[in-house]
Amino acid sequence: MMILSGDPPRSRILTLVLVVIILALAATPFLFPGAKALNVAAKICVFAALVASYDLLLGYTGSVSFAHTMFYGIGSYAIAIALYGMGPNWAAVATGIVVGLPLAALLALAIGLFSLRVAAIFFAMITLAVASAFQVLASQLSWLTGGEDGRSFQLPQLLRPGTVLIPKSLVGFEVNGRILTYYLVFAISALMILALLRVVNSPFGRVLQAIRENRFRAEALGFRTVFHLTYANCIAALVAASAGILNALWLRYAGPDTSLSFSIMLDILLMVVIGGMGTIYGAIIGATIFILAQNYLQSLMGVASTAASEAGLPLLPGLLHPDRWLLWLGLLFIASVYFFPTGVVGRLRNPAGGKSAGSSH
Amino acid sequence: MTLTLETRDLTIRFGGHVAVNSVTCTFRPGELTAIVGPNGAGKTTYFNLISGQLRASNGSILFDGTDITQHSAPMRTRAGLGRAFQLTNLFPNLTVEENVRLAVQAANGTHYDMLRPWMVRRELIAHADAILDQVALGSRRGVAATALSHGDQRKLEVALMIALEPKVFMFDEPTAGMSIDEVPVVLNLIAQLKQDRSKIILLVEHKMDVVRSLADRIIVLHNGQLVADGPPAEVIASPIVQEAYLGVAPKTAAGSAA
Repeated sequence: MMILSGDPPRSRILTLVLVVIILALAATPFLFPGAKALNVAAKICVFAALVASYDLLLGYTGSVSFAHTMFYGIGSYAIAIALYGMGPNWAAVATGIVVGLPLAALLALAIGLFSLRVAAIFFAMITLAVASAFQVLASQLSWLTGGEDGRSFQLPQLLRPGTVLIPKSLVGFEVNGRILTYYLVFAISALMILALLRVVNSPFGRVLQAIRENRFRAEALGFRTVFHLTYANCIAALVAASAGILNALWLRYAGPDTSLSFSIMLDILLMVVIGGMGTIYGAIIGATIFILAQNYLQSLMGVASTAASEAGLPLLPGLLHPDRWLLWLGLLFIASVYFFPTGVVGRLRNPAGGKSAGSSH
Repeated sequence: MTLTLETRDLTIRFGGHVAVNSVTCTFRPGELTAIVGPNGAGKTTYFNLISGQLRASNGSILFDGTDITQHSAPMRTRAGLGRAFQLTNLFPNLTVEENVRLAVQAANGTHYDMLRPWMVRRELIAHADAILDQVALGSRRGVAATALSHGDQRKLEVALMIALEPKVFMFDEPTAGMSIDEVPVVLNLIAQLKQDRSKIILLVEHKMDVVRSLADRIIVLHNGQLVADGPPAEVIASPIVQEAYLGVAPKTAAGSAA
């Protein structure tokens, strides 16, 4: 209970699903061979943490931010530029962290103090403006960021695929630097999600929910809400930047398309909504569903399309053609938002489909 | 020096309309002051000025020797001004217990503790539960505030103020819309608070029987102005109150009008 900060999944099916996802992610290097499976698993880990940090803002405080990918990008670029400039060593990794995280936190602090004082829409607009400016800046300062091409870099020796840590002869499978990197991503993401779960279930986290519910009343109780909102914004930015660092380390690359683009912002929003806002657990579910669909729906449809045409069915082979996968992805999301307005977690916790009674224990 | 709350020439204008007009009044501990007046007289606006939801156009507010006219609502609450709202003002999707816990943690100064989960703050949880029992909501603690009946929501509103442990209690029509059998719980609570002679209690109330039974002093607001101030029997009998409440101008009114 203490590790979950007194906020268990509160649904047997949800617990089961979460355990399956976490075990599968933990065992991916051994269960599912091939680079693609490991890439997908690493992306799920990174996005689960990234989406959970966005949930802290959207689900718990009710503030809509469009700058989340900016903080993600700051982390990515900080580590990439450091490793690119200083060479593949641990000092560069440390530099990237020491520069990236405080930069993200300071920027979040400035945006928060400046815009969270007033109506929520103002905060949304400011984050949109700052994020757009940052995107332009990242592509214009090409001497630093590599412009549209981004920055590829090499990892320190220990984390490279060529580094064999445990040879295959010893335990039956090879543990190399790539697998070590994966577990680094897995462990840090898990720690960040547990930390966020702690924050939202702390007295501070309750105040965030109170602000979401009725900011006027929270102030009448004596809470200086602008500081609570600003701190939440900083925490979310720190986690997002850390997720950015992990993603860049995994990809050995940072560029506008993998870390800054608005399509990532939309993905994050969808994952929060699909998983269930204001639950933290929803981030894990949302990230898993979304990224699995993104990566495997196309090949799944290819199989289905071939099967349908072999069976001689009309129309279906065309509808299920792999090129139409985006259409089906879209339909899947519309359906999930329509049928699970409170997200998968909300639905599982409250199967009746009524309004959630909030968190009680 | 004893605790005092004082408004001096307190005024607020909305455009050309003067909602509260130069009200000067001092409130002392151990004295329950009822604020009466017809609808639109400026009673709630006067409360909003004191507790900081509105800022005065003119005049000043002194609390405990400090000029708090420019202080924000959170600052005034932390200084000891407690407020229960007329229109129920809760955290609808949080449970009854969580609503009270928030007020308890505010009073406790636990504003930014993000490292410990709520479950380990047993002393605060016990305190919140005790307050819920006090307002007869103990059996409803796990229910979302929005699911409560109107009367229970009013009680929860009062519970939030009690949890803040303020020096000044400001009740804004605490029994409005309550069923007859629910009213005594709230009135008994106010009577209990009165026993502690160190608190200032302000009560906006329409029901004259409630005012008569609880108040030590009545002030009357009419069109934003303070028109009468004194012991209940005297004020209720005064022509100006008869006029303000009943809309008739007794023959003796001309001489005593402010």
